[in-house]
Amino acid sequence: MNQRYLIPLTAVFLLFLLAYAGVEGLGLQVVFGVLIPYLAIAAFLIGFVIKVKGWAASAVPFRIPTTCGQQKSLPWIKQNTIDNPNTSAGVFVRMLLEIFAFRSLFRNTKAAFNRNVSNKLTYSWELFLWVGALAFHYAFLVVLLRHLRFFTAPVPGFIQLLEYFDGIIQLGLPGLFVSGPVLLLATLFLLSRRVLDAKVSYISQASDYFPLFLIIGIAATGIAMRYFTKVDIIGIKEMTMGLVTFHPHIPEEVGGLFYGHLFLVSILFAYFPMSKLMHMGGIFLSPTRNMANNTRAKRHVNPWNYDVPIHTYEQYEDHFRDKMIEAGLPVDKKE
Amino acid sequence: MSKNMIMAGLVVFVLAVLSPFWFNLITSTQAAPKPELLGKAATVKKCVLDKYEMRAEHMYLLDVWRDSVVRDADRKYTGTNGETFNMSLSTGENSCLGCHEDKAKFCDSCHEYASVSPYCWECHTNPKEIK
Repeated sequence: MNQRYLIPLTAVFLLFLLAYAGVEGLGLQVVFGVLIPYLAIAAFLIGFVIKVKGWAASAVPFRIPTTCGQQKSLPWIKQNTIDNPNTSAGVFVRMLLEIFAFRSLFRNTKAAFNRNVSNKLTYSWELFLWVGALAFHYAFLVVLLRHLRFFTAPVPGFIQLLEYFDGIIQLGLPGLFVSGPVLLLATLFLLSRRVLDAKVSYISQASDYFPLFLIIGIAATGIAMRYFTKVDIIGIKEMTMGLVTFHPHIPEEVGGLFYGHLFLVSILFAYFPMSKLMHMGGIFLSPTRNMANNTRAKRHVNPWNYDVPIHTYEQYEDHFRDKMIEAGLPVDKKE
Repeated sequence: MSKNMIMAGLVVFVLAVLSPFWFNLITSTQAAPKPELLGKAATVKKCVLDKYEMRAEHMYLLDVWRDSVVRDADRKYTGTNGETFNMSLSTGENSCLGCHEDKAKFCDSCHEYASVSPYCWECHTNPKEIK
């Protein structure tokens, strides 16, 4: 037990209870169903733009590509064009694989002492963080896209197609969407890593736990609403459509659980720009990944170099030619 | 990365986040279906569950009914109002569609609105279609 995860855990519980009690006890549907979601979206967008603009304004004076393969060299040495690209096409492929397949994470290693007599420090390939991260991110993406069914009417074909494939195992009624449990289990795995692995636990802060608990809370309340307690979907869709068409509408008979879910989502959106979750935008700006390794082929001049008065060899020789000839030194131009 | 590229990416991202808003501006938005009781249901007015419970939980109820009928051959269901119903989606006067005669209005309008495509009708038939 330590306060680094107890405080975020308590915070998420209290936030949920705040919305639940606010709606069930005080009838604050308008606050939690209309006002806060709008504010959260505004905070998310404004915060995101400010953050990225700040990053865009910061200096990238020289190329610092990480080299995970053979650099372009002599023609008879085979270059690794994706892991050490010297063209923007190669960089594009590297970024694509980074964003969609998390290749840097795939290279993750762990250090541990051998458990035998030698007690040597060894590094080994650690795949499960990559597996968990991949499962989590894709499940979250599918869940997010599926929720567009609440914000469009009629629902576009690609969302229906996504729902079809997500629910293809046809388990139970309402049918199971695989992405839901995968999202919950993957977040629980990522959390267990932080809690149970002493080395990861040591470097985990409240800001690492809070988004995890928040997403676990969102997934759990969503799953509870769909599969266990059930809610009036048409009423909820009338409300969400009201939000996106600017005709707010509060449905009757939709309880605190839904508002708790919505409030946690709003908190996630509002918190997003000031959290580590900004790696969503930041991954595009990874300086070690998004620049071609062509420092030897091209001259990159520091853009804010000021004009330094330089003294070339020609000027030097012009200056000292007589003295150089007199001393018998070789000169480029006689006279 | 050049600043222009970052700004272009940022614009695309903001537009994507706001897509539910502008999508509904440029396309005509379907209004929520207003459920109404038609035919026999309008006069009898005795359903298996209360209105909002029915809206939220009918799929679960049908799932339980299916298991009860198929596995235990038990076709009797006593609702909260004390009435006994025949557990059936589409067969006979005492079934769901026996009372709510219009499948398009009773089932499909809301399912379509919520983008739900239940597989009930892969086995069952709408009694109206048989005639």
